[in-house]
Amino acid sequence: MNAWVNFSAIWKIVVFGLIAGAGLPALFAIGMVSLARGPKTQTAGGDSDAVVGGNPVNTAIAAVCFLIVLAAIAWGIYEIYKIGHPAPTPAPATK
Amino acid sequence: MKNDLILVLVVITALAFDFTNGFHDTGNAMATSIATGALSPRVAVALSGLLNLVGAFLSLAVAATIASGLVNTADVTLQVVAAGLAGGIIWNLITWLFGIPSSSSHALIGGVIGSTIAAAGGSAVKWHGLTSKVIIPAALSPIIAALVAATGTWLLYRISRNMTTASRSHGFRIGQVGSACMVSLAHGTNDAQKTMGVITLALIANGTLASGSQAPFWVILSCAIAISLGTYIGGWRVIRTLGKGLVEIDSPQGMAAESSSAAVILLSSSFGYSLSTTHVATGSIIGTGLGKRGAEVRWGVAGRMGSAWLLTLPCSALVGAGAYALAHAVGGSVGVIIILIILAVLAAFIYYRSRKNKIDHNNVNAEWSGTVAPTEPEHAAAA
Repeated sequence: MNAWVNFSAIWKIVVFGLIAGAGLPALFAIGMVSLARGPKTQTAGGDSDAVVGGNPVNTAIAAVCFLIVLAAIAWGIYEIYKIGHPAPTPAPATK
Repeated sequence: MKNDLILVLVVITALAFDFTNGFHDTGNAMATSIATGALSPRVAVALSGLLNLVGAFLSLAVAATIASGLVNTADVTLQVVAAGLAGGIIWNLITWLFGIPSSSSHALIGGVIGSTIAAAGGSAVKWHGLTSKVIIPAALSPIIAALVAATGTWLLYRISRNMTTASRSHGFRIGQVGSACMVSLAHGTNDAQKTMGVITLALIANGTLASGSQAPFWVILSCAIAISLGTYIGGWRVIRTLGKGLVEIDSPQGMAAESSSAAVILLSSSFGYSLSTTHVATGSIIGTGLGKRGAEVRWGVAGRMGSAWLLTLPCSALVGAGAYALAHAVGGSVGVIIILIILAVLAAFIYYRSRKNKIDHNNVNAEWSGTVAPTEPEHAAAA
């Protein structure tokens, strides 16, 4: 580690940034596409409870995608909370 | 040295800075949602204000962190803090007038460093801390944010390429609002903390609090309210530059930009880097322009912004140093009162100037014609 630039932190920020910042929206998009695909691939059979298209596989894919995104958001909020509430460290003795 | 009158004035000035920090940065979270119509301008600023308030309360363990790694806190007096805040506020107001999204954190840091140098010389500044914690992250963060946002934009368009435009816009608008809310929350946490730190520093400098104390609850409460009110007022000039000036933004791009900003800000904070929200948000928005085929990034606008970023630290430092020199020459409480009166007069003048080509929730989304103000013939030639 360099005294001026913390390269290991930068690499982690880039990699996790890509996973969270680009990967999660991509998952959201996959979920969206799955939901929208429903009505075209299969005609919903008059079931009034059908979610958008009614194809259970597509709906399940969408649900999984959205759940992962929501879980990640919850984790993000927890991270914010943790930054503000660090584990108590022994206070350094001041003059 | 104990002087409660000056302490009260410094606290009020710090809250005023927090307020400018709020309205200067509304655009970081909400500019893209406003530009794509995912949220109406007024709803957007109200939501962002509320989330800033919540965000500020999420982190309650605040010490005088912003200054302790950058300047020698033993040299910081109330005069130094007042002059530093004056530098930060002036630079924030000037850049807002020109609609330039510059970093409020840099304005504050620059102001405090300038006044510290004027008070105690260059040796009171921790130059290594300044370079490794402020300058290098500031240079890298927009690039990382742009990379993430460009990747995200490319993925979103690729995945959703078979969808109809209408259903695609509908879905991505929801995602966009969600990710913009995360940015607002992170902003409240990051930026309100900086003012809490400064007020705590002033309380310590005055001897009201013991060295190494945490921010008292009233400091957290007042800072949270100041930043969320500022956010709610909405820095429409900056929102317009970010939402309309840099790149023409579509909802998939908006979602990619805000997700990238939220991820980069939160990740960096957990690694101990307190980044400028502005630098990250701007980098993300440029990234969405790079990631979408055929999208145009207005590099002229970006360049103007970049030069303002380079100037932020030195200029606010100069104002901070000048303010300290003046306060010190007059001396005592009167000196501090005089610089605060000058600050108030300048702020009123800048506000008056801004009324001449007013930007608010009505014209924030007007077609970009090369300038911040939608219809300003005198500047139109410069485009």
